[in-house]
Amino acid sequence: MTTTEHAAETAGGPPPAVAASGITKRFPGGVVANDDVHLELRAGEVHALLGENGAGKSTLSNVLTGLYRPDAGDLWIHGRLTELHSPRDAIDAGIGMVHQHFRLVAPFTVAENVVLGERSPFRRREAEERVRALGERYRLPVDPTARIWQLSVGQQQRVEILKALDRDARILILDEPTAVLTPQESEALFEVMRAMADEGRAVLFISHKLDEVLAVSDRVTVLRDARNVGTVTTADVDTRELARMMVGREVVLGRARTGRAPAPANGARPPALVLDGVGADDDRGCPALHDVTLTVAAGEVLGVCGVAGNGQRELAEVVGGIRRATAGTVTVAGERLRKADPRVAHAAGVAHVPEDRLHTGTAPSLSVEDNLALLAHRRPPLSAGPFLRRSRIRARALELMARFGVKAPGPTTPVRLLSGGNVQKVLLARELSSDPALVVAASPTRGLDVGAIESVRATILAAADAGAGVLLISEDLDEVLDLSDRVAVMYEGRIVGVVDRDEADVTELGLLMGGATLAEVGP
Amino acid sequence: MIRLERRVETPRWLDVAVPLASFVAALVVGGLVLQLTGHSALGTYERIVERALTSDGALSGTLVAATPLLFTGLAAAVAFRMNVFNIGGEGQLVLGAIAASGAGLALEGRPGWLIIGAMVVAGAAAGAAWAAIPGALRAFTGTNEIITSLMLNYVAANLATYLIFGSRSFWRSLEGSGATFPTGKRLPPEASWPSLELGGVVVPFGFLLGVAGAVVLLVVLRATRFGFAMRVVADAPAAARYAGIRGRRVVLGVMALSGAAAGIGGASNIGDTRHVLDPRGLNQAGYGYAGIVVAALARLNPVAVVFVSIVMGGLANAGRALQGPDFPAGLVGTLQGLLLVFTLGGEVFARYRIRRARTVHEAHAGAPPPPTAEVTA
Repeated sequence: MTTTEHAAETAGGPPPAVAASGITKRFPGGVVANDDVHLELRAGEVHALLGENGAGKSTLSNVLTGLYRPDAGDLWIHGRLTELHSPRDAIDAGIGMVHQHFRLVAPFTVAENVVLGERSPFRRREAEERVRALGERYRLPVDPTARIWQLSVGQQQRVEILKALDRDARILILDEPTAVLTPQESEALFEVMRAMADEGRAVLFISHKLDEVLAVSDRVTVLRDARNVGTVTTADVDTRELARMMVGREVVLGRARTGRAPAPANGARPPALVLDGVGADDDRGCPALHDVTLTVAAGEVLGVCGVAGNGQRELAEVVGGIRRATAGTVTVAGERLRKADPRVAHAAGVAHVPEDRLHTGTAPSLSVEDNLALLAHRRPPLSAGPFLRRSRIRARALELMARFGVKAPGPTTPVRLLSGGNVQKVLLARELSSDPALVVAASPTRGLDVGAIESVRATILAAADAGAGVLLISEDLDEVLDLSDRVAVMYEGRIVGVVDRDEADVTELGLLMGGATLAEVGP
Repeated sequence: MIRLERRVETPRWLDVAVPLASFVAALVVGGLVLQLTGHSALGTYERIVERALTSDGALSGTLVAATPLLFTGLAAAVAFRMNVFNIGGEGQLVLGAIAASGAGLALEGRPGWLIIGAMVVAGAAAGAAWAAIPGALRAFTGTNEIITSLMLNYVAANLATYLIFGSRSFWRSLEGSGATFPTGKRLPPEASWPSLELGGVVVPFGFLLGVAGAVVLLVVLRATRFGFAMRVVADAPAAARYAGIRGRRVVLGVMALSGAAAGIGGASNIGDTRHVLDPRGLNQAGYGYAGIVVAALARLNPVAVVFVSIVMGGLANAGRALQGPDFPAGLVGTLQGLLLVFTLGGEVFARYRIRRARTVHEAHAGAPPPPTAEVTA
């Protein structure tokens, strides 16, 4: 790290905590991730950095934490021109980062993780006491002796924040911190962020969720296509305006299904999915599904909502043939699945869009064309005997990329280099290209930006309009209500209620998700 | 101050430049060592090149020395690429040698082409079966294949020793001096593998087989459904499972393929060079472990394995010719070790960028940060 010795004082008042000017970062292959980006982060404010995936938010935060070096531009930290060569420099400069994907050592305790990387000798008692005190002060309760793998995602995030606070980071960067949190946990996090700002710290909140930005930030800097759109005071703007700045056009998200004819009730086509008394175990062998009975008609979207961990994943995996049902029957488009085998399920017409799109849905280091061929490569026309037909795989990939609007430098680009929205489009293109009878989609828009959400939703609804049944599993109640014809609520592995969308009431659904019965809730 | 910064992407030219520069650096440091131990560096290198390449029959000897390394190198490369860590090339090679010599002895009197074909098949099958043990343990019970494949090396070594020294087995010669000094039965002359003479250089049949094997492996990896499944399983096991790819079979298949390569190496040891099962010779040579080094130097690319095995074979060949009262064998090992250390150490330069921290330009100092415009959209 190099700094100039003269602190640059701006006229009247202290210099901003961070002033980045003209930051430009290019990547090999001609991608410009940041193009002359400016950011001013003041001490004592919560500053939101808003932008779609791929707008350059992560690149900018990686520049601020010393992971990337900008090709051009200057960085002033507390008024000093500073060069960050490594994350170590950033830590020394008082910059703390809470990454979207946590950097924690799973077998270590909370206290060990917090002090990890400090140069002083490790004293367990002292460290644990310090972490406990810090947690109480910021209302981030977490047991310092617990091991990371024992903690929930929300608790793990607290450890990340404590880590930054323990190093007395004056500048805190949180990269999409709410992506993994429940609404209640997010609320609590916002309070912590406010408390940190009130202490005079500078908090940079990276997000693409408009309502959260409006709820917590003092000012917002919007990035689009690697450039600044502008910096505004949050109090002066509303959702529509921010959305327009972020996307560059008007966006319509809500009530996408309104005006669509209800699912045809004729008996001409067999139901897309019939589950009868299905039970299943979780990974540890404990029962996770109990007597699940559901029907999804052809052309219908059935939303399944519930708090995470109430059997949704097991449900999706049973239908997808990945998990064995311990009881009951699964029937897809009139064909009973007798064996838990993804190939059998796929052959019966199941398309599966898993929740972890990057590692379960795709093979991230493989190219777009290989990922698009993940299912179809076994059969002609993409293979002949044991050999692949590369030119046909390429041609099909180009066709699917065009049809589903996948934006990638080329069919040979590894999927991990794509934005979240484009990864999801690759996944949807692969799964929907076989004209499935049933689409199982788990949190299909989680972590995506507004533009991508719009197109993923449209794609799923188009599949329903084309006659597929859709089993939409999501924790996002608004999304379930926007897209579904009927809504089923899961609680502790059981379906505790199924209601028509038009009769669904958010409070009522919320109570069901919390374990109330339909009889208690009902009118 | 000098710092390392991680590269976001490795430029293509570095993939070639870094190994070459590492090679040169190893030569320079090796030269220093030679000078310090009282040998002429240039003179020694000249002799190495001479004994490995240019003198009469040197290249032929180099190819003979390279052949087993080529097979065990391929075995390690194909497995390591798929994140299956087969350390058992050594044992799989020994099993290949046992099976190939058994086949050669059993088919005595049959036509040569049949015997040689049977030796190759038997070697491959035995190596594959031996590797399938840790493969199956990994696939079905989650056992760490590094440990199990390594341990089986000792079992294989002891099995070969038992066949010749500890029993009156089919492999052991009981006639003549064999009755008192345990040796293996010599294979019939028809079981000797042919060699190809190209411009005065004798190319062993095993070496040609290895080159063909490298090409086959490359095709399997790039152009077959099995290779596709291998890449998916290696990169994202969960995605493979969701796509209906049978991950266990793939792991087992990779292990078997890897073991088959090492097993043919064992068959070549019998057919090309020794013509007799020689447990001591095999155990001392350590071909299996050297193969891991070859694969690492070749960055797990099957075609590069061919060239690296020739370089390593050349060093081994020249080392044998050089060593004598004034030139200890350990010095050749030192040169090989340096080569490995520099090549693997050179990886740092491919993955990181070296920067000298520059001092901040005067013009920047003192200038206030430009204010960010408050834009109301």
